[in-house]
Amino acid sequence: MDQEYILEMRNITKEFPGVRALDNVNFKVRKGEIHCLVGENGAGKSTLMKVLSGVWRYGTYDGDIVYEGEVQRFHHIADSEAKGIAIIYQELALFPELPIYENIYFGHEITKGRQIDWNETIIRAGEMLEKVRLHVDPSIPVKRLNTGNQQLVEIAKALSKNCKLIIFDEPTSSLNEDDSQNLLNLMKELRESGITCIMISHKLREVTAIADTITVLRDGATICSLDAKTDDISEENIIRNMVGRSIDNVFPKRTEKKVGEVVFEVKNLTAEDPVTGREILKDVSFNVRAGEIVGLQGLMGAGRTECALAVFGNTRGYRIKSGEVVMEGKNHFFKNPRDAMDAGLAYVTEDRKGNGLILIQDIRYNTTIANLQELMSGVVIDENKEIVVANQYKEDINIKAPSIEQIVNNLSGGNQQKVQIAKWLFVHPKVLILDEPTRGIDVGAKYEIYTLMNKMVEEGMSIIMISSELPEVLGMSDRLYVMSEGRITGELDAADATEEKVMEMAIKGK
Amino acid sequence: MQNEKKSVGAEIAQLLKANIKSYMMYIALVVIMLVFQIWSGGKFFRASNISNLFNQAAYVAVLAIGMTLILILKHIDLSVGYVAGFTGAIAAVLMQRYGVNEWLAILIVLAIGLMIGLYQGTLVMRLGVPAFVTTLAGMFIFRGLLSLALAKTGTIVVSQKGFLALCNDFIPDIVSHEEPGLHVVTLLIGIIAVVAMVVSQLRARKNKLKYNFEVVSMPIFVTGMVLVAAVIMLVAYVLAAYKGLPWSAVIVGVVLAIYTFMLSKTKLGRYIYGIGGNDQAAELSGVNVKLVTQFAFCSMSLLAALSGILYTSRLSSATPQAGVSFELDAIASSYIGGTAVSGGVGKVTNAIIGTFVIMSLTNGLNLMKVDISYQYIVKGIIFIIAVAFDVRTRKKGK
Repeated sequence: MDQEYILEMRNITKEFPGVRALDNVNFKVRKGEIHCLVGENGAGKSTLMKVLSGVWRYGTYDGDIVYEGEVQRFHHIADSEAKGIAIIYQELALFPELPIYENIYFGHEITKGRQIDWNETIIRAGEMLEKVRLHVDPSIPVKRLNTGNQQLVEIAKALSKNCKLIIFDEPTSSLNEDDSQNLLNLMKELRESGITCIMISHKLREVTAIADTITVLRDGATICSLDAKTDDISEENIIRNMVGRSIDNVFPKRTEKKVGEVVFEVKNLTAEDPVTGREILKDVSFNVRAGEIVGLQGLMGAGRTECALAVFGNTRGYRIKSGEVVMEGKNHFFKNPRDAMDAGLAYVTEDRKGNGLILIQDIRYNTTIANLQELMSGVVIDENKEIVVANQYKEDINIKAPSIEQIVNNLSGGNQQKVQIAKWLFVHPKVLILDEPTRGIDVGAKYEIYTLMNKMVEEGMSIIMISSELPEVLGMSDRLYVMSEGRITGELDAADATEEKVMEMAIKGK
Repeated sequence: MQNEKKSVGAEIAQLLKANIKSYMMYIALVVIMLVFQIWSGGKFFRASNISNLFNQAAYVAVLAIGMTLILILKHIDLSVGYVAGFTGAIAAVLMQRYGVNEWLAILIVLAIGLMIGLYQGTLVMRLGVPAFVTTLAGMFIFRGLLSLALAKTGTIVVSQKGFLALCNDFIPDIVSHEEPGLHVVTLLIGIIAVVAMVVSQLRARKNKLKYNFEVVSMPIFVTGMVLVAAVIMLVAYVLAAYKGLPWSAVIVGVVLAIYTFMLSKTKLGRYIYGIGGNDQAAELSGVNVKLVTQFAFCSMSLLAALSGILYTSRLSSATPQAGVSFELDAIASSYIGGTAVSGGVGKVTNAIIGTFVIMSLTNGLNLMKVDISYQYIVKGIIFIIAVAFDVRTRKKGK
């Protein structure tokens, strides 16, 4: 019965500063099966695959990778590719301007002598396309294919390298129903021809339909491995394993709850990405009351951050087709973040390094940059006043640094996050949007941020918390909305919400 | 404050280690000057040559100031050389051919500079054409306009006294100089500069102590101030012994003061560093990135026009060759002055030091009658060493 394992990852532990992303993970894949890897965002799936493919090279993690019976030491992606392991990422890694055949053989060109043999390349690329059932001319540029077909080109590329193990990272997340079905069928065919597939996916319906084995990760640890033939692989059981964790004591309780009138409301917001023309927000409506924490839950790519950015002055330039933004009973159209700030809105971004902080500047600079007008005396910034303000916030929200002259880049993730929060508190907002406020920060700092959030709403502010971490949303919110595929798929009172209910809504429409 | 008493020697070593990058250009400047002083048998530090150096450096210095803003914002302006050449030629044409008053001509030319900045800034920010391309096109266009402006006449000689004074003459003195003697006003300015420096340093130190920030120990603080004061007074004395402070130095000084103030004390300055450090974060913090960048391009071209005026004044004429490779000197000055290649970091005062490094090389090599071909090679080598050093130390700092 026991088939041989093509891959065994034994006791893999991978640490990042302040976070243990993988904790003694064991992961075994049989030869020629479809193995699905599921778990919440941040459970460690992607990290595990990065360890496997050599992105995190040998020596940066503990544990062994045994592939085809041998312990492997991958230092680059090229090392794992040479052994026949390929990853197909969510964001495709193709060259849009180059023809399909060049994409397929990029990096392992077919040569005759010292020259590339283009004729042979085109012919063989055609054969590869045949294998993935993509019937197009291999000489057209990749950008003319839709996302589903581009993915097929990626797979053709993997096949052209004689891969034995293909990892699909959420392959169907950006595909429509037909393309998804097509891809799943293709995976089955690959299995017939002896190729092993690992699929990371949030779409449990697809997982249960296709998987031979399902491994559930949670908080960087393996929870269970379910065999499709012998174990219970109902969606309920998988979800229970994905989220099952007690959330007592992790979240501080608010001493008093005074929820008031609706302060901020978004009505029927529909927007599309001007580049791809894809609708990213469909008829989104939600509101938040004074003194309330409203959670905005959903899986990655559900459109939560897009929603926040569109509301907060729309810096990305989405084409907003319809909808209203109402602040304290007044209709607003925010042309830029400054307008939104003036109306009383603030937005702590999800990506603090990317678009939140100015890392090469110090705490003082970052604390005051959004509200310098409050520090002006004439045309000059009153630096004494600025120092007082920055010191005050440093103390109030406990930013741990020797002084406010510390460069923000040298702070830990938790302290960087606090600097971001300080910056936005200093604009004295009525409504604060927190986008993934605790991503990548350690437990202690998380607790501090939760306490801070409670303090803010007790003082009458309103918070919209976007988070992928279910327990956090459930533990902190008074009310929550669930998004999926750019739509609000449900609204729940904190009292009625369970992780299973939310998960169901978040997967709905997928 | 200081929890342990460190020895002065240890502190100096630590300071040197931490600030090697910012000290490096001063060291480089001093070394270059000393080399030329010795090599030329004492001609370099002669008062006439120092005056000459000021006048030579002025047109690059104002460009370097504007360029620093542009580079902090991660853009570049290649057109400044020919913009300077073109606007300088326009000034000459206005004055000589149309008899426009010299001061009015200067105003008109500065306004033209502003318009050029408006045009290039609009292309870069509103239409999204990369600055490199926009200003490369500007190089072609203004080179063409320059030769067009001088097409009929060739080189135009300028005779207006006030205009020529800008880059050739010296500030007046309160005592008349029938007999040779020290230039009193120049010495006074030197003394005022020293006093102002000491007062502002003391005030800054007091403030830092008030908020428990780290400060250097007293002996080092005093030594540093004495050194700077000595340099200021030495330069003032050398100039005073000759004909006094050149007007060009006054002009550069005023521009430098305005830009230093703007960058360190105003909202606009904060925003410029913010955009250079992380434009997305700046935008999401409510900064109008387009407007600020537009401002930087306008200021750049305005200063290019000023540079053109100074250069025309210096040569007493507008020539079709004016402006050639000014942009290279300006960009090199700014980078040698420690402006980060990756943006977000840079100081205009240091860019001026960079200018003096570059122009001392030019001046010294001219003094030694070194062939122009070698001059370019030497400048290039010094430039690349400076930037490579900067990039290295920045990496280590991370």
